[in-house]
Amino acid sequence: MGQTLSEKILSQHAGRTVNAGEFVVVEPDVVMSHDSLTPGIIKILRQELEMEKVRYPERLVFVFDHVAPASTVGTADSQNLARRFAQEQNIRLFDVGRGICHQVLVEERIAGPGKIVIGSDSHSTGYGSVGAFGTGMGSTDVALVWATGRTWLRVPETYRVVVEGRFPSGVDAKDLALKLCREITIDGANYMAVEYHGLDWMPLNGRQTLASMAVEMGAKAGIVPPTGLPGDQFPAPDWLTLDTDARYTQSLTVDLTRLEPQVSMPHAVDHVVDLSGVAGTRVDVVFLGTCTNGRYEDMKTAAGLLAGKRIAKNVRLIVTPASSRELSRAAADGTLAILLEAGATLTTPGCGMCMGRHQGTLGDGDVCLSTANRNFKGRMGSPNAQIYLASPAVAAATALTGAITDPRAC
Amino acid sequence: MNRVWKFGADVDTDQIVPGRYAPYMRPDADVGEAAFIEARPEFAKNARPGDVIVALENFGCGSSREYAVEALKRRKVGAIIALSFARIFYRNALNLGIPLFESPEIVEALQDGDEVTLDIPNRRVQCGEQVYLLPELPVFAQEILKAGGIVPYVRAYGRFPGEE
Repeated sequence: MGQTLSEKILSQHAGRTVNAGEFVVVEPDVVMSHDSLTPGIIKILRQELEMEKVRYPERLVFVFDHVAPASTVGTADSQNLARRFAQEQNIRLFDVGRGICHQVLVEERIAGPGKIVIGSDSHSTGYGSVGAFGTGMGSTDVALVWATGRTWLRVPETYRVVVEGRFPSGVDAKDLALKLCREITIDGANYMAVEYHGLDWMPLNGRQTLASMAVEMGAKAGIVPPTGLPGDQFPAPDWLTLDTDARYTQSLTVDLTRLEPQVSMPHAVDHVVDLSGVAGTRVDVVFLGTCTNGRYEDMKTAAGLLAGKRIAKNVRLIVTPASSRELSRAAADGTLAILLEAGATLTTPGCGMCMGRHQGTLGDGDVCLSTANRNFKGRMGSPNAQIYLASPAVAAATALTGAITDPRAC
Repeated sequence: MNRVWKFGADVDTDQIVPGRYAPYMRPDADVGEAAFIEARPEFAKNARPGDVIVALENFGCGSSREYAVEALKRRKVGAIIALSFARIFYRNALNLGIPLFESPEIVEALQDGDEVTLDIPNRRVQCGEQVYLLPELPVFAQEILKAGGIVPYVRAYGRFPGEE
């Protein structure tokens, strides 16, 4: 009997063959935590576990992205506490401005094929973009990995997504991610891993968009087989291959050639329609950013639509690059200049306004079209704001007109 | 007697505690006071220790924020009974020692505002004359809850549940 990618990765780490439904205790290769929760995890380690030292400091990574740079005395103090802790214990820290944790760990090649990456953040499924088993956990689980080097996992069943064809013009990986949320629903992959097949041609950035949103269907992990990624940068272990006789609990085939631009409506990620169903909806704010869609290619797509034009008079377009490297890439080839000339506001690389804490928090009655991954009520600020989710192309087209617009019409 | 607070499907952790109310953002505040502060302000104001949360599918989806569970723990929620739970929430709740059960029968029977008596050791919840049996939890979950959470468990046994 063959195995799924999750079964293979967890078997390798458990030192025995395990299959869906079994419990394993494993040593994760990487344990990521961000500024929002690291101070609390330090507190659990010290006060509840009564320990001072982490077991394997070389496996820990801190990234400051959630409130970056600090916006309050409290967040500044918390960050300083985590900085001191990192320095004392020789833990790698990527400080404010470096970018979003999930982007930075991929850029730095800390996440890689066949690894287990635990993150203090639900979008840790994004590490599946490079063939890792990435999963989010709460602070206590992360503290226990710090303390013991280990964690327990239930080997997940796998939901296979088979992708056929190529995207038509004006449609991209975000539309596919939203389409999957629409078909599979917000809990259709709960406790499962999602495997994305048929994407050997897809560049890394599209894979990151897809894998980051696996959690929006409830998934524990979302893995794209690493085939097609540059092998020198993401060396895949020889055992990390697809078995034709692996057991998949469910399977869904998507034909990209027939895919329309998708929009997720307030207040649930799986509340998705074809763009035509909401075209013309008035928008106050357009947000281009996050671990789902804040990369160079996303800014480049937006610039392609905005070149030589100005955004609509009553719209704020907020651009938050996913990392300093992505910002540099956009600056180097003029992409950034196009966005700024069109009227965009640029903020520090990081999570930006995604969870409503800073850099564009929404007020009562604001309508936002966002390239992020969540549109829960109150997610980006006021519970009386409305959040629509869409691709970077839809975001740019919408910024131009001030209402939800099909990029293919621009 | 304790009150039932009934919720619908897909209650996300932003509804339980909005990110703006995280301990990181409000270090001096009690996160328990932020429980459902925007989605259900009367819960934030009136929930009493031992009250029971009843919900439809996928309770606790979205962000991994453990402080959503921490807030319910501080309010001393007696149990959460739902059709199903999102996985990170389920794990976080067990880790912090909040009993949680999946029971279509009880979810259908109990309504918002019902007064109930909860008896976790005997797996019973009583509403009026009617007594409902709470489903048996998986062994690892029972062990964690019996210890009072995953930290006391690991401190007591020096290993994870199910580990040799």
